[in-house]
Amino acid sequence: MTVNMQDVYLAIPLACLVGSAVSGLFGWAIGRVGAHTAAILGVAVAFVLSLLVLRDVAVFGHSFDGTVYTWGVSGGIPMEVGFLIDPLSALMMVVVTFVSLAVHIYTIGYMRDDPGYQRFFSYIALFTFAMLMLVMANNFLQLFFGWEGVGLVSYLLIGFWYTRESAVRASLKAFLVNRVGDLGFVLALAAIYQYFGTLDYGGVFAIAPQLAKTTIHLTPDLSCSVITLICLLLFTGAMAKSAQVPLHVWLPDSMEGPTPISALIHAATMVTAGIFLVARASPLFELSNTALSVILVIGGITALFMAFLGVVQTDIKRVVAYSTLSQLGYMTVALGASAYSAAIFHLMTHAFFKALLFLAAGSVIMAMHHEQDLRKMGGLRKYMPWTLVTTWVGALALSGFPPFAGFFSKDAIIEAVGDSRLPGAGFAHFAVMAAVFVTALYSFRMLFLAFYGEPRMDEHTRKHLKESPAVVVIPLVLLAIPSVIAGWVGVRPLLFGTFFGSSIRVLPQHNVLANMALHFTGRGPFIAHGLQSAPFLLAVLGFATAWFSYIRYPQIPGLVREKAGLLYEILIRKYGFDDFNDLVFVAGARAVGRVLWKVGDVALIDGLMVNGTARVIAWTSRIARRMQSGYIYHYAFAMIIGLVVLMTIFLHH
Amino acid sequence: MVSVGNELMTFAVPNMAPAAPEIFLAGMACVILLLDLVLDDSNRYLAYLVALASLVAAVGITLHGFHHRALYTFDHMFVADRLSDVLDLAVLGLAFCVLVYSRCYLRERGMFRGEYFVLGLFGVVGMMIMISAAHFLTLYLGLELLSLSQYAMVAFQRDSSRATEAAMKYFVLGALASGMLLYGMSMLYGATGSLDIPTVSAKIATMSPHNVILVFGLVFVVVGLAFKIGAVPFHMWIPDVYDGAPTAVTLYIGTMPKIAAFAMIMRLLVWGLQELAVNWQEMLIVLAVLSMLIGNVVAIAQTNIKRMLAYSTISHMGFFLLGIVAAGPVGYGAAMFYMLVYAAMSLGGFGMVIVMSRAGFEADRLDDYRGLNQRSPWHALIMLLLMFSMAGVPPTAGFYAKLLVFQAIVNAGFVWLAVVGVLLSVVGAFYYLRIVKLMYFDAPTDTSPVKVEPDMQLVMGINGIAMIAITPWVGTLVSLCAHAMRAMP
Repeated sequence: MTVNMQDVYLAIPLACLVGSAVSGLFGWAIGRVGAHTAAILGVAVAFVLSLLVLRDVAVFGHSFDGTVYTWGVSGGIPMEVGFLIDPLSALMMVVVTFVSLAVHIYTIGYMRDDPGYQRFFSYIALFTFAMLMLVMANNFLQLFFGWEGVGLVSYLLIGFWYTRESAVRASLKAFLVNRVGDLGFVLALAAIYQYFGTLDYGGVFAIAPQLAKTTIHLTPDLSCSVITLICLLLFTGAMAKSAQVPLHVWLPDSMEGPTPISALIHAATMVTAGIFLVARASPLFELSNTALSVILVIGGITALFMAFLGVVQTDIKRVVAYSTLSQLGYMTVALGASAYSAAIFHLMTHAFFKALLFLAAGSVIMAMHHEQDLRKMGGLRKYMPWTLVTTWVGALALSGFPPFAGFFSKDAIIEAVGDSRLPGAGFAHFAVMAAVFVTALYSFRMLFLAFYGEPRMDEHTRKHLKESPAVVVIPLVLLAIPSVIAGWVGVRPLLFGTFFGSSIRVLPQHNVLANMALHFTGRGPFIAHGLQSAPFLLAVLGFATAWFSYIRYPQIPGLVREKAGLLYEILIRKYGFDDFNDLVFVAGARAVGRVLWKVGDVALIDGLMVNGTARVIAWTSRIARRMQSGYIYHYAFAMIIGLVVLMTIFLHH
Repeated sequence: MVSVGNELMTFAVPNMAPAAPEIFLAGMACVILLLDLVLDDSNRYLAYLVALASLVAAVGITLHGFHHRALYTFDHMFVADRLSDVLDLAVLGLAFCVLVYSRCYLRERGMFRGEYFVLGLFGVVGMMIMISAAHFLTLYLGLELLSLSQYAMVAFQRDSSRATEAAMKYFVLGALASGMLLYGMSMLYGATGSLDIPTVSAKIATMSPHNVILVFGLVFVVVGLAFKIGAVPFHMWIPDVYDGAPTAVTLYIGTMPKIAAFAMIMRLLVWGLQELAVNWQEMLIVLAVLSMLIGNVVAIAQTNIKRMLAYSTISHMGFFLLGIVAAGPVGYGAAMFYMLVYAAMSLGGFGMVIVMSRAGFEADRLDDYRGLNQRSPWHALIMLLLMFSMAGVPPTAGFYAKLLVFQAIVNAGFVWLAVVGVLLSVVGAFYYLRIVKLMYFDAPTDTSPVKVEPDMQLVMGINGIAMIAITPWVGTLVSLCAHAMRAMP
């Protein structure tokens, strides 16, 4: 190859950055078409080059780990921009740029009439840049840069319609909750630097086994393994970014942002950064059974309990949002079971079908004139054939029906966690199993409520119902294709093959996927086995329940709601997480703040220190100016006094 | 270059080259004096132009004879070295700006006469002689030439009783201070038997630094120096003179003589009396702390901007002295940088008072600056930059000046002194920022537009913008100061 691959690596994020800068800074001059052309061109270039890189990595087995630019050195800590290009990052790059490209195109239609059109394109291109920097990093510091970058853009985009109070609140919530995780992340970075003396992945992972037995005293009586501490702190960061219970509260609210954002950032890419982080740091996590157990339990809770909430939501986007939470729980469970490949595999398939579902939901919302309430939809199948078909694909993939993409990845996770011997694996196995039923239930509930049954919208909206324009439908189709085939294509190399090579490290005693690989004889038998196993039956059961409740006997949901009032109330209140946070953290922080403000700031700092000092000085000043009497003999006297005093002091020495 | 053939001990013409700029300027001052006789008011500006041209030419002569090693002449009484070159250039440059700023002010008040230029140029010659002094008498001669010119200039507005009063105070107190300085010098002469600065220095090195006569003389010398720079408690003349003199003269007194005083400190204390540093360090600490304290605190109570700037000068001299207290090349370099920056800030500050004033209106009350931003945003911006720089707000030149001085003093081991300095500079920030507040947040009491002639407008603009535009070249300037300091032993 004549092209220097290093230049290609650099060009990938920079193309997005340039696209963002052009559409953002010069959007006023180049207009809407110019802005979206610049942004899309940047991302398209990044996508094509990412494909090249993936080929280079997967087919030719090349990889790269090196610094391309030293930004600064502070106190001996180098701050470098470096790339680690291996199968894991190459795969992520393709997924990110592909979904991003689809969303960019879709946005042309979705945001057509929005006054912030150029700004929007600038943001999403900037997001793609930050996400690429995150996945391509070869050190924790650059990862953190990308991490904060995507967080910032997420904040900006959730609050994109900044005149809406709910949007502003949601963006603030997302930002604040992510601060909690970032605190953990920063502490983890500090701990890593303290114990490893470097922040480069290569160095850290090479030293990690030597530190497996090192402990740290948190308090004189409480000690814990350094690796466990670092892993738990890193996972705290991942929990906030990937919305794991109890730091998940921001993600449902993030649906205040425009739908393309929900698809790109809050389903397909950014929220999976936590999953990516843990997979990337697998050499560390492997050394801590404690951390893996925590991850298993947190993931299991998220997978099951967030799925329940999807069943009671009436806002079409929130259904998909809770589904995202639940699916992120699946990925987390896979990480906890050391099935990192399965987690990344599910991350990839989920990116496709969840982006698809979001964009399809967006298409429905557009047709409904920005009405998101499922109770006011119904019967859309006659008007929106493309959206209907693609939603079906998405729902089937999400529920894990073979041979759709979700089936392979989800089945692998369930099997893997079943094989895991770590504490907590039993609970996690139960949770992901049960969640399969719930997933199928809420997915088809959404599908049936929106597209089937009697139309429930008002007459005016119904008259204007029509299929969305091509720029919206094309991305749906683009995403539907991998939603169908990605599992079939990927299962052999990604799960049971050697695709990831050394980029993911698993200890032999944790290697559940290797056990599964022993029984893997091909995709056909895999599907055949899947058809006989419990998850498939549960999914069918979920589908059937949805069909009975929302098509065959639509009165059932109302009856259930009356009979199980308390349960319904708990679900509608989202288990009270928001209420708890408002009561304890928000009110508590405000109370502390008020005390510090009234006592600390107003009374002590402003009153006593600032104004008090100022008053003393003003008083001194008034007194001292009297010395300037205007009489020359006073002045001369002052000089003589000065002379005498100096003389006395120094001649006495 | 003329070679000096005095091996034969016969009378020989001394080498004039090292003193060429001084000789030239003194000659030109005489020319202007004569020229002024034949000019009437309609073509008086010729004298002004000749004065400007003389300064430019003197800059050229100085640049032409740039000295990489010290050249002595007039029987070792006069020296031209790197320090004198840099300081001469600074004085000449400032004098040029002072003349430009003064022109309108003088003309509007009927003071646009040859005497101002003649006295001004003689004062400049006096300063340059001080800068190049290698002998106590040369130093004293230069000082008196400067002082006498200044006394006359303060009294220049003969019909103003305030100006006359100020001149009287300045003269009496100045004479007292000169007497003390001279007395101190005579003590040192008595102890060492020489008036030649390098010889005095060499002699003192063989004596105890606690020798009573030396310390006695030193105290008088320090008092004389403290009076010149206006350090507390020898500062009393400053507010009255600055306030009483016509602003154009205040501008003159407030800028270049400070640089000459710095040279005097370098020649006397550092070159001549470095061996007594342990003594004068402590004296200067007392003076510095008192100056920073009294200057900053009393400035707050002022309602007149000229008096406020006078107290500001006193406080700046305190900060400047910190650099000298550090008693090392780095400290001296920092002090020199401080003095150069201070002179530029002071030039701009009093320059703005002139810009704002017009016939019959002195613009010397703080209230006259209310709402300047609405009347003239450009001038408000320049004043803002000057005030920020005086207060030491980053990234202005004044900030770096303070930073370097504090660094020097911390490195010399006087951390507490740096802490005191920082705290007092916070106190000082108040009255600088009050001007900014008046300009930007208050409504104007006078809405007439600010009228300025184009050349002054240009120089004023450069002066103000330089406070912040200089940031990238601070390093260059600091190394220039360090370069000049290498002339010191």
